[in-house]
Amino acid sequence: MFMKMFMKSGAQSFRNGWGGAIDRGKPLTFIFNGKRYQGYEGDTLASALIANDVHLVGRSFKYHRPRGIMTAGPEEPNALVQVGDGAESEPNIRATELPLRDGLVARSQNCWPTVEYDVGQLTDVLSPLFPAGFYYKTFMWPASMWMTYEHRIRKIAGMGVGPHEPDPDHYDHHYGFCDVLVVGGGPTGLAAALTAGRAGARVVLAEQDRLLGGQLLSEADPGPRRIDGRTVPEWLAATTAELEALEEVRILRRTSAFGYYDQNMVTLCQHEEGRGPGVPRQRLHHLRVGQVILASGAIERPLVFANNDRPGHMLASAARSYVNRFAARPGTRAVLFANNDGAYKAAAEVAAGGLQLAAVIDLREEIAPELAEEMRRWGAQVLPGHAVTDTFGQNRLWGVEARALDGAGGVADGPRHLINCDLLLSSGGWNPTVHLYSHAQGRNRFDESIAAFVPDHCPQAITPAGAVTGAFDLKSCLEQGAEAGAAAAQATGFDAMVEPPRTEADPAPRPLKPVWSVPLPDGSHAKRFVDHQDDVTVNDVKLAQRENFTSVEHLKRYTTLGMGTDQGKTSNVNGLGIMGELLGRTPGEVGTTTFRPPYTPVTMGAIAGREVGAHLAPKRRTPMHAWHEAQGAAFVETGQWYRARYYPKGGEGLTEAARREVRHVREVAGLCDVSTLGKIDIQGTDAAEFLNRVYVNGFAKLPVNKCRYGVMLREDGIVYDDGTTIRLAENHFLMSATTANAARVLQELEFALQVHWPELAVSVSSTTDLWASMSLAGPKSRDVLQALESDIDVSNEAMPFMGHAAGTIAGIPAHIFRISFSGELGFELACEADHGIALWEAVMAAGEPSGLEPYGTEALGILRIEKGHVVIGPEINGTATADDLGFGRMCSTKKPYIGHRLKERSGLTHERRQQLVGLKAVDGSSRIRAGMQLVTNPNQPLPMKMEGYVASGCFSPNLKESVATALLEAGRERMDEELWALSPLHDEAVKVRVVSAHFIDPEGERIRA
Amino acid sequence: MLEIPCPYCGRRAHTEFTYMGDATVSRPADGPEASDRDWYEFVYVRLNPKGPHKELWHHTNGCRVVFEVSRDTATHEITGSAKLSDEGEAAS
Repeated sequence: MFMKMFMKSGAQSFRNGWGGAIDRGKPLTFIFNGKRYQGYEGDTLASALIANDVHLVGRSFKYHRPRGIMTAGPEEPNALVQVGDGAESEPNIRATELPLRDGLVARSQNCWPTVEYDVGQLTDVLSPLFPAGFYYKTFMWPASMWMTYEHRIRKIAGMGVGPHEPDPDHYDHHYGFCDVLVVGGGPTGLAAALTAGRAGARVVLAEQDRLLGGQLLSEADPGPRRIDGRTVPEWLAATTAELEALEEVRILRRTSAFGYYDQNMVTLCQHEEGRGPGVPRQRLHHLRVGQVILASGAIERPLVFANNDRPGHMLASAARSYVNRFAARPGTRAVLFANNDGAYKAAAEVAAGGLQLAAVIDLREEIAPELAEEMRRWGAQVLPGHAVTDTFGQNRLWGVEARALDGAGGVADGPRHLINCDLLLSSGGWNPTVHLYSHAQGRNRFDESIAAFVPDHCPQAITPAGAVTGAFDLKSCLEQGAEAGAAAAQATGFDAMVEPPRTEADPAPRPLKPVWSVPLPDGSHAKRFVDHQDDVTVNDVKLAQRENFTSVEHLKRYTTLGMGTDQGKTSNVNGLGIMGELLGRTPGEVGTTTFRPPYTPVTMGAIAGREVGAHLAPKRRTPMHAWHEAQGAAFVETGQWYRARYYPKGGEGLTEAARREVRHVREVAGLCDVSTLGKIDIQGTDAAEFLNRVYVNGFAKLPVNKCRYGVMLREDGIVYDDGTTIRLAENHFLMSATTANAARVLQELEFALQVHWPELAVSVSSTTDLWASMSLAGPKSRDVLQALESDIDVSNEAMPFMGHAAGTIAGIPAHIFRISFSGELGFELACEADHGIALWEAVMAAGEPSGLEPYGTEALGILRIEKGHVVIGPEINGTATADDLGFGRMCSTKKPYIGHRLKERSGLTHERRQQLVGLKAVDGSSRIRAGMQLVTNPNQPLPMKMEGYVASGCFSPNLKESVATALLEAGRERMDEELWALSPLHDEAVKVRVVSAHFIDPEGERIRA
Repeated sequence: MLEIPCPYCGRRAHTEFTYMGDATVSRPADGPEASDRDWYEFVYVRLNPKGPHKELWHHTNGCRVVFEVSRDTATHEITGSAKLSDEGEAAS
């Protein structure tokens, strides 16, 4: 009759016919390593594999040893799989956490050609050649070869493959607030959430699993445990229902609280994959929390012994989970190897799930008689004071060797017990999950009674409760949870009652015996793995100690202990314990490395959220953007702005179009959209005084309706920005700032007004987006304006250079400023942004008889080089002073201004400073590239003496020769000198002559025409 | 992400603000009464205190006012903020 219960269901030959939180009515088909299997709704990928007797799931990182499923949770070091194909493929997914879904495709990582026959396994045979630090020691010389080695090494030590295609899914961000965040939905967290929730607090309960319950989900069902008089599943169902009904309680399932930051901000990643169209794949929560209750539980610690990594070696609690929660038997014949009482319960329940229990091997000399008796009832041989000294099997465990210990840290002479088994349950105690507590700047202390680190004190509003404090029995967990929930509710302003769910107290366990690594028998050289994911062995830790990498931070980096994607959840404390023994210190004295976010891996997609592709940054378009688009303009991104770069005609490229546009401006007329220039409106009775203090030149006496070019310094005396400012009225100015600097200039002006000179009655505001501006330039530009219906007189007498007038143009209220960046006769037209396109079209229409054409920023760039005008970046480069750029005489000596004092420092007034000059190619045509270095003799020995460098260069279509601006040491004294401009990157050398940077119209006759 | 209490707008995410430097330095007088050393120290010399400190922050994506924030550089705790013009008026 007993055998009936093990009836095969499909091919799930290791699935029990009863029990478990799985839905046998919903079979799911999945593919693992190319083979088709069946599992059930409620499975994880790991539990479904176990139900199908698949234990070999991967190869280890360094030695390529066969590895199996070791845990049933986020701490899994071995069962990392690549899930999905193509763009949605995701590496390094823990099979122990991944909910099974129909059609799931997953495969092992880090093996080639297959997980069963992996050529990388040779590294295990050759492992004496690969100690810790091997790569550092071996492949670093010669240094130039590291790139080559690294490429090969990475290929062998694969950690899964990221997809190359764009991610088709979307990810959301959520910013929220709550009074109480409960991290962990186990018994402690449920009691806490219930208590705080009943009090009316806004509670968020985050649980990494898709079901609430934590360890309660792994209780035997039916079992003897009662909570509030109910069976565990009944209590969980009732509690979940009550929490869901509480209006202010929000439950986040499949959500990992992965980071804890200042001011109680916690980040959580919620997995929503498979939830249907329109649902994000993952959602990143930023929660600002009043009180955090850390109910994160504990993670079982494996024992460290010879060949402790064969598929079939599993945490005792994990095997219990697979049997009880998933009704999946992780083997047929089990051996328990433990140092604590808690593991006996797991072993008994595994046996009750239908496995033979062959033996119980306990590191302790004395075992509670009732426990020993219970184990014998299950048929187990009980071996106190013994240890597993070796294991056997390749792709699956088939046996272990147990021997007595001599009580002095060695293996006693005595009989070898060879025990046949395919499942080895290992338990070395439990490590509280203190990671978030550490993120929150909390300090942990070593608790000798459980031989593990527990939270001690923390400056932030976080209260640990339950197993994370080392309280591993259910009654304590429920009580601590309720107390923490009540305290958190009270601290956030709610009246709360402490009514913990009632349950039987467990008998007090006997003390565990910490054994950080089980000794090897004489003559054994077997590997004892501390960190399974990174293949760090006891010998690696010993080597680190011998080579004096004894600090935990050095130990970690030298051996890579705890540096895998599991962050050492099963290995850190064992590693510290081993190092402590070598140094004669307790683990508490050795201390832990600093835990840092994320607790579990977070995808880049979740971090980026919606800010990808077109949503990465806002796009700013000028009011005339649609016109440029209709004309087929090519655009360029400048900051967030999209500007028309050139308007190609008949298959022209950038160079041809820009040269044509430049010639056209100098010979006829052109219209350029300059709406992106920053505009700052400055008003107030002290506005003129304010401008006097921020510009090097004077503005107090600027007449109304006049423009003036101004240069602004930083406080350290370096040029910051430049632009034209117009006095619209006595106390009203309009400042233009460069496109790139507009926002920062406004901020600096505000800062100066609010912090330095609060006594000035001035207000500043950005009006950039309110204006549409266009620059009309060229000898025929006045003809164009005069062809427009306007009340503004643009004759040279009425509006001389730097003049301004307001009126209407083509019926549109507008301003005309007679300013020019190109050096031609030019007018800047400005109107309200909404009228921009109408004004632009009116100007283009009026200009048709004169031959007006649009020009883009590329032509503008060439025009300004021809004129020798400087721009932010190439010439205003963050190191040049006003004098360096030829503005020395502009700087007022009659008034102070920002930067006036420090610009007088000897270093900034030195006569050998680099000064702005022009360059022409001696051969007339060779390209002078921006960034070329200037030297007197290209054949001088290295290192050459650099005289300066090329700032901007172009081929001037008007001069029909190659010209450039440059910053040259004592450049103004070196007119007509011949130098070489070198670009070793391009293997180019151009002979150049130093000239004035004003290549065109140095006297300014055109501009004043 | 920190929250900064703007004296005008209340608590806001720090991404709305721009750090504008040490609030304990002030710009020297423009005239001859300030020495070159005063100017050098104003532009270049900053203490790097561990513990309570006063900083200037600009509420760039808000009211655009510069105000003073009291922050502990060791714990990141923000203990208050004050308007520049209205000394002592704290917000939290």
